[in-house]
Amino acid sequence: GLGGVIRDPLGTGLGSKPIASTDVFCFAPPDFPHSKLPAGVLHPRRILKGVRAGVADYGNRLGIPTINGAILFDERYLGNPIVLCGTVGLMPKEAAQMGRQKPGDLVVVVGGKTGRDGIHGVTFASALLTGESEEVSASSVQIGNPITEKKMIDVLLVARDKGLYRRITDCGGGGLSSAVGEMAAETGVRVDLEKVPLKYSGLSYREIWLSESQERMLLAVPPESVEELVALFASEDVEATVIGEFTNDKKLRLFYQNSAVGDMDMEFLHHGLPQSEREAAWELPRYPEPDFDSPLNLSQDLKKILGSWNVCSKEWVIRQYDHEVQGGSVLKPLVGIENDGPGDAAIIRPVLDSDMGVIIANGINPRYGDIDPYWMAASAVDEALRQIIAVGGNLKKVALLDNFNWGNPEKPDRLGGLVRAAQGCYHAALDYGAPFISGKDSLYNEYETEKESICIPPTLLISAMAVMKDVAKAVSMDAKKAGDLLYIVGMTYNEMGGSHYYAVRGAMGNRVPQVNPKRGKKLMDALSGAMDKGLVKACHDLSEGGIGVAAAEMGFAGGVGITLKLNKVPLGEPINRNDTILFSESNTRFLVEVALEDAKRFEGALGENVYAAIGEFTKSDKLEVYGIEGEKVLSTPLAELKEAWQKPLRW
Amino acid sequence: MAKVRTLILRAPGTNCDVETAFAFEQAGATVSSAHVNELVRKDKRIADYQIVVIPGGFTYGDDISAGKILANELKLKLGEDIQKFVGGGGLILGICNGFQVLVKAGFLPQSPDASQKLTLANNDSSRFECRWVYLSVDKQSPCVFTKGIDALYLPIAHGEGKVMAEPKALGGLNVVLRYADKEGNISADYPYNPNGSVDSIAGISDDSGRIFALMPHPERFLRWTQHPRWVREAN
Repeated sequence: GLGGVIRDPLGTGLGSKPIASTDVFCFAPPDFPHSKLPAGVLHPRRILKGVRAGVADYGNRLGIPTINGAILFDERYLGNPIVLCGTVGLMPKEAAQMGRQKPGDLVVVVGGKTGRDGIHGVTFASALLTGESEEVSASSVQIGNPITEKKMIDVLLVARDKGLYRRITDCGGGGLSSAVGEMAAETGVRVDLEKVPLKYSGLSYREIWLSESQERMLLAVPPESVEELVALFASEDVEATVIGEFTNDKKLRLFYQNSAVGDMDMEFLHHGLPQSEREAAWELPRYPEPDFDSPLNLSQDLKKILGSWNVCSKEWVIRQYDHEVQGGSVLKPLVGIENDGPGDAAIIRPVLDSDMGVIIANGINPRYGDIDPYWMAASAVDEALRQIIAVGGNLKKVALLDNFNWGNPEKPDRLGGLVRAAQGCYHAALDYGAPFISGKDSLYNEYETEKESICIPPTLLISAMAVMKDVAKAVSMDAKKAGDLLYIVGMTYNEMGGSHYYAVRGAMGNRVPQVNPKRGKKLMDALSGAMDKGLVKACHDLSEGGIGVAAAEMGFAGGVGITLKLNKVPLGEPINRNDTILFSESNTRFLVEVALEDAKRFEGALGENVYAAIGEFTKSDKLEVYGIEGEKVLSTPLAELKEAWQKPLRW
Repeated sequence: MAKVRTLILRAPGTNCDVETAFAFEQAGATVSSAHVNELVRKDKRIADYQIVVIPGGFTYGDDISAGKILANELKLKLGEDIQKFVGGGGLILGICNGFQVLVKAGFLPQSPDASQKLTLANNDSSRFECRWVYLSVDKQSPCVFTKGIDALYLPIAHGEGKVMAEPKALGGLNVVLRYADKEGNISADYPYNPNGSVDSIAGISDDSGRIFALMPHPERFLRWTQHPRWVREAN
């Protein structure tokens, strides 16, 4: 996955330098019983280790820092794990334009050679998987070589700056067939397939045309530049081969050893497929509302949430990625007094002699999608954006990406959920003023056993990127100093549907967190204003596990105790349960540390937005929580909370 | 004063060259970057520089073992140029993969027959790790790069950084850097010693102190904002 996603920014405009990567994994829980594994399915622990190794190996070797990500666990990913890699590219303004080839320009393939690997890779990726998939489709898997890609990237950026090519695109899904076909849409092209450099002999022209071998890019090169270009690539031992010529006949013509093996009108190729129409239906599911009393002591529940697979520390994975390479690290994925607290978003300084930074964050929560994909999507947008705010960014220069992973769209209920999710993205992005600039979808993520078709949970990853003017204004989530005030910013509702508190109690509920992006934008703008003035010492966004988890994480990451009062939390509706206030996952909320002397100015900066001082940072080594009646509902040493959070994935 | 001419040596898979060049520029050097092919073709000559740096990365994919192929290339294709360069008082710095290269080329530690006396094996954790480490500088060390420095705090990012040597070679090593705990005491305990290096060795030099190699990445801590706790500790 990673090799391909790195070539996307490389093939954007006239090419950009990859400066950061992200990775999000969705697997079945690592403690899934071996005896229950369906035929042909590897144990999730093995998949996690293998995928981790593959992604880290590739990213580390290319020298691209992996700075942000997430790992989610759900049994429905058992037969169909999801790996979502992202790469950010940096380009000079002049390169930020779509290239245009001219008839007579040469088609040049650069980078790796072509082999039989990855034939029908994309089709495989979208097929329903079964127990026989491994045997039947082994050749669908591309075999990557990161050093080939690294060599290619190094030279490509030099060729770009010398203006040696007019257009570039990556050879991704469909290999040459889609890269050449897309690039030549407005002109036409002829390709001599026997000229494509091969890893080994014996490939048919069809295999050459369809192979998805990695590390290849396609260039349109003016004839007068081709000699210099080929010599440049050769000087660093990288293949660059002329395989054809762009024409002006609006046709795709393929030859193999002078025999015509393909001839098609571009018009038909690009517009010949009639738009398909599918049926979509969606119905709000009803889950049983859990029925239990709010526990008198919430310590055990908090520890359970902290130790749940989705919330627990991912340090084991994070440290196996190089997040420092390229030398631009500003806010690392792990922060705090012991360098091991969960940072909200990462910041890098991609241009080493500039003060500007790039912030990368993500939002994902498939559990909400089990209730309503619309609110899942809106929540994911909100989560990604509030992480940007939490580290000192703002919404002025922010952009979003969406990755949809869904089941079989031919089934109306799956497609209905997808439509809901797209609507959620649309409304949230519009009101937040955050444009979607890229994305991807992967459908048919179902695994067929003899008995049933297991569909993955509707999974939407929202990534957010923002430009930061001055990285010196970054704020981290770890608590800084005893004596400071703890504020909550944003309104708390009774929104426990899909929450992690319910999850550890085996329930789902129905009241999924909603988003009011118009109000959210005002709040985020005000908070980032306060942070820009230097009034915030620590800020943590509230997501899985609500106030309870966020306060615990701030406390143990900073090694500073916290006392907070649930009856001070601003509520959007009457709530008479301590557990609901502590663990509700309402959106657009932050916990903020403010020095006593800055409290007035901080409150002034927030103006009409909802906020309240709910506690303080203390010299004790505990998180202490007082309930609605002022009773103590939680008093737990930070070390115990941290241990609960670190233990599960300390492999 | 004339600026020090520094050469950053690149090979396929080198990936810390840009920030290493930046670091030397910040320190006041004039920096050129050269692909190893350019040196082999004699388009550029080592003799024209005063410092040669082999930066971090995964040269040639670390196939066979980390740094091995570039090491052979330097030894067999550029060995004479390098001997002359060192003999003429030139400085060589190897960072991370550069350390692995210098060791496997037999340039460090020096030996009469230029054979390899030391290696960098898989970390004890048997995985790649990226974390910050405390380093103690050996006061006896002749290393010219660490003059006037007692302690360092730098990131490591490697999977093969465990120094192992023949017992005989170990005694004669010029150890420059050792992994230490927060208080600066040399430590053999994980994660302070992140890879299980013998004698907690993180960096060594030759007898002259002019060839220096280390696993941590000094080019990744040029600014306060790179420190993992810059947001909470005073400058």
